[in-house]
Amino acid sequence: MHKIVKSLLAASVAVSTSVAVAGNSDINNKDAMAMQEYFKNKLPGVEMSSLIHGAYALDESRFDQFMNIEEFPPYEDFVAKGEEFYNTPFKNGKSFADCFGDDPSAVKAKYPHWDSKKESVVTLEEDINKCLTDNGEKALGWKKGMMAYVSGYLATEARGQTINVVVPDDPKAIAAYEDGKKHFYQKRGQLNLSCADCHVYYGSSYVRSEVLSPATGQASHFPVYRQKWANGSPNEDGLGTLHRRYGGCNKQVRAKPFKAQSEEYKNLEFFHTSMSNGLEYNGPAYRK
Amino acid sequence: MIKTTPRFARVISALVISTGMLSAGTAFANDDLIAKGKEVAWDRKKGNCLGCHMMGDGAQPGNIGPALVAMKYRYPDKAKLREQIYDSTKANPNSIMPPFGKHGALSDAEIDAITEYVYTL
Repeated sequence: MHKIVKSLLAASVAVSTSVAVAGNSDINNKDAMAMQEYFKNKLPGVEMSSLIHGAYALDESRFDQFMNIEEFPPYEDFVAKGEEFYNTPFKNGKSFADCFGDDPSAVKAKYPHWDSKKESVVTLEEDINKCLTDNGEKALGWKKGMMAYVSGYLATEARGQTINVVVPDDPKAIAAYEDGKKHFYQKRGQLNLSCADCHVYYGSSYVRSEVLSPATGQASHFPVYRQKWANGSPNEDGLGTLHRRYGGCNKQVRAKPFKAQSEEYKNLEFFHTSMSNGLEYNGPAYRK
Repeated sequence: MIKTTPRFARVISALVISTGMLSAGTAFANDDLIAKGKEVAWDRKKGNCLGCHMMGDGAQPGNIGPALVAMKYRYPDKAKLREQIYDSTKANPNSIMPPFGKHGALSDAEIDAITEYVYTL
């Protein structure tokens, strides 16, 4: 059982993102640091690294309840199913290791990344299905079920590693990143809300009794086990992928959602995950 | 000379009664409107105003918008309050408050009712 140690540092420290590397543009790291600085000022006394726990990082009693749930997490059985699926060879004798390498702990941190041949962002879920279909197996649904279980297994394997999404110094990669950033800051839907409205400008504020999570740290813990999804599932299956949540958020502001793994959501993931650069992977995590 | 037929008397009575109601201030019709406004304002699928605003005795209000108190002082012109509910982007293009009228989230009648209710706060 992975037990997350609660930090007691009073001073809030900005988590540094990766060192600039030749061939990489640093725009996403600059944006990530600027966002951290914003939240440092907005949330005095809150450690930036703790924002991987989202709204629970902002309130002692919520954090305690959250820690209790993570002791015996409700996603364990589903992650075990994902591990079994990942380790089961395909009908043609090959397996996921032939696509992703022998070390399952080295997989999650490679995504999302820019593929200069495809000229698009590539996500983990995308490559999971590519591996299946390349080997004559059926593709999985993008949003929940076995895709979320496998993604969840690979997330547990990567826990504690530092998020480091790279935007190469390539105009098309930069354009994809900027496209994702545009989605994030653009008002949409009948309710006229952008992601930033709730999760940056009013991140940490209360909607009725719910706390809006800050955007820094949001992408660290996916796939997420959402109690709301579990409640609507016959076997309490609350696991869902990042693009499942993107669709839900778009619907919540009464905007027409995009398709999971569409270019719009992949670019958004490219930007959104970058905003957690420097923080640790801690998926899957429980959320209300 | 006007003949005071029973029908004429009924018409005149109706006019007197309705004028009396209008001049009474908090007459039946307005009370109904205020009650209707509170219902729509608090309905999560309609105004959902408590989502962001403290208002009256609503439980667990959000703290995103300003608390709705002293509304007559803050909006001496009730029409401006209605305008804010109808289209918040007029006063602030970046407003996080949904433009309930402009985007058709609430009907004109619902906005009228909410305006009456909020004006009592």
